[in-house]
Amino acid sequence: MSAPTTAAAKHRAEEKPLSKAEKARLSEGKRAERRLGWLLCAPAAIVMLGVAGYPILYSVWLSLQRYDLKFPDDREFVGLSNYVTVLSNQYWWTAFGVTMLITVVTVVVELVLGMALAVIMHRTLVGRGIVRTAALIPYGIVTVVAAFSWRYAWTPGTGYLANLFSDSAPLTERASSLAIIMLAEIWKTTPFMALLLMAGLALVPEDLLKAAAMDGATAWQRFTKVMLPVMKPAILVALLFRTLDAFRVFDNIYVLTAGANETSSVSMLAYNNLIKGLNLGIGSTMSVLIFLTVAIIAFVFVKLFGTAAPGSSDEGRR
Amino acid sequence: MEARGAKWRWGLLDVVVVVFALVPVLWIMSLSFKTTATLTDGHFIPREWTLENYKTIFQTDQFVRALVNSIGIALISTLIAVVLGTMAAYAIARLDFPGKGALVGVSLLIAMFPQVSLVSPLFDIERRLGLFDTWPGLILPYITFALPLTIYTLSAFFKQIPWDLEKAAKMDGATQGEAFRKVIAPLAAPGVFTTAILAFIFCWNDFLFAISLTSTERSRTVPVALSFFTGDSQFEDPTGSISAAAVVITIPIILFVLFFQRRIVSGLTSGAVKG
Repeated sequence: MSAPTTAAAKHRAEEKPLSKAEKARLSEGKRAERRLGWLLCAPAAIVMLGVAGYPILYSVWLSLQRYDLKFPDDREFVGLSNYVTVLSNQYWWTAFGVTMLITVVTVVVELVLGMALAVIMHRTLVGRGIVRTAALIPYGIVTVVAAFSWRYAWTPGTGYLANLFSDSAPLTERASSLAIIMLAEIWKTTPFMALLLMAGLALVPEDLLKAAAMDGATAWQRFTKVMLPVMKPAILVALLFRTLDAFRVFDNIYVLTAGANETSSVSMLAYNNLIKGLNLGIGSTMSVLIFLTVAIIAFVFVKLFGTAAPGSSDEGRR
Repeated sequence: MEARGAKWRWGLLDVVVVVFALVPVLWIMSLSFKTTATLTDGHFIPREWTLENYKTIFQTDQFVRALVNSIGIALISTLIAVVLGTMAAYAIARLDFPGKGALVGVSLLIAMFPQVSLVSPLFDIERRLGLFDTWPGLILPYITFALPLTIYTLSAFFKQIPWDLEKAAKMDGATQGEAFRKVIAPLAAPGVFTTAILAFIFCWNDFLFAISLTSTERSRTVPVALSFFTGDSQFEDPTGSISAAAVVITIPIILFVLFFQRRIVSGLTSGAVKG
């Protein structure tokens, strides 16, 4: 909240030498700008709050209660005791570790691959439309179906991949299961990263690249000194939303291993408690904890990128 | 000579990308053409080809209805989300007003909350409002959960646009409309169309909301219809028909991307930043 205050202070300092009439006009313009800003944001804000506001508050409220649909009469406000239960549970921490591992590995690999893919999609000379479309198909395929096809491919006897490598059953061991889950995730969501990065690439002025090349910058220098700075906001958005999604990984694990051999993610635990176990209290607590973890990650990202983040102070504006 | 070498290198990279992206897709296609007997033989290329699976899915009204629902719901949601998102993102990137940070924070919060836990309260509300199992009943959540990404992508994008060009164009004699149409719109287009593609795919692929907020063919979308597929008998594996349906429902995505990817090109062509 400090940014608007300093901006306002700066304004006041600038306004001082102006005459009274001019000051009135300025604040008039300022007010018009505010009104326009609110007007433009209102529809989006109303829809988002209207649809998601109550459900989010409701699940936070549930997380403070002992509420199991199998024993509805035992419903009681218990404060933070659900949180103690979950946080002292060993399964939760195993799932947490698995989720963290999957998130870190897939996001890092996807960032590198996605950047390469974005450059290829952006620069390619032959068959651009076909390459771009083909590269985006994995993201477009319904996740559950894609996961099924991976499971099929890795099942001994029915799949080409299992037959190709050996006749062991990779989906029955923890390490290989996790590797396959990550492979499926990376294959599926790299295009998401690449598409966002490609949109960022489209903002890099061609002339700037040409000028840099003429000044003797190597391809790597052009990439790090010219392209990356312009792409910073795009990179932030891609990283942020990919990480949020990766941490809530669900579909692929659900289909590939159903959480067997300690491959459950935190979202699967929450799902099992909420939908299967009908334990609304504990399930909601897990949801809130997932949310808090993701919020911390998001906060770190936004801080790391500073003014490149949307809605940050005005220095990023041009 | 230089140019030809570059062309070959890019061509090779293209092939790598296409293979990486398409091998698992071809596997699904292969499954969809296999007969029930050879479905589990593990060969990448079917030994016996059949169109039976495709016939099965189009035989019933169920799949076609779901396809219509999916296309309608995804298109409407995408359109509204992109329009509302563009308005908000423009304000966030360009205007100064209190509450800006709060809006960005709230939209991020909505993007971060695990959707699994939002489903049952939403179900309750929609039952009460009579929105359950209707198009708007799905469109509203889709807009809501597509908006954060839309707002984020677009405001990050708008921030990088050199808005001074607009002023420059006006100084050179362009009207406000011309300046917007000829200078700003081409610069903003890549971001808007990228967002449209992502929003469309999100709506198209959603399973969680679709299965919890629909109950009949009236509004059931394709991913849900898939999960109701069964084989010809209770004991028959529906993998073949699911694969066939997966192939069919990927076609609209391909068309959508093919149509919109053309717009994602460098908006800043030469001349824009020359003094």
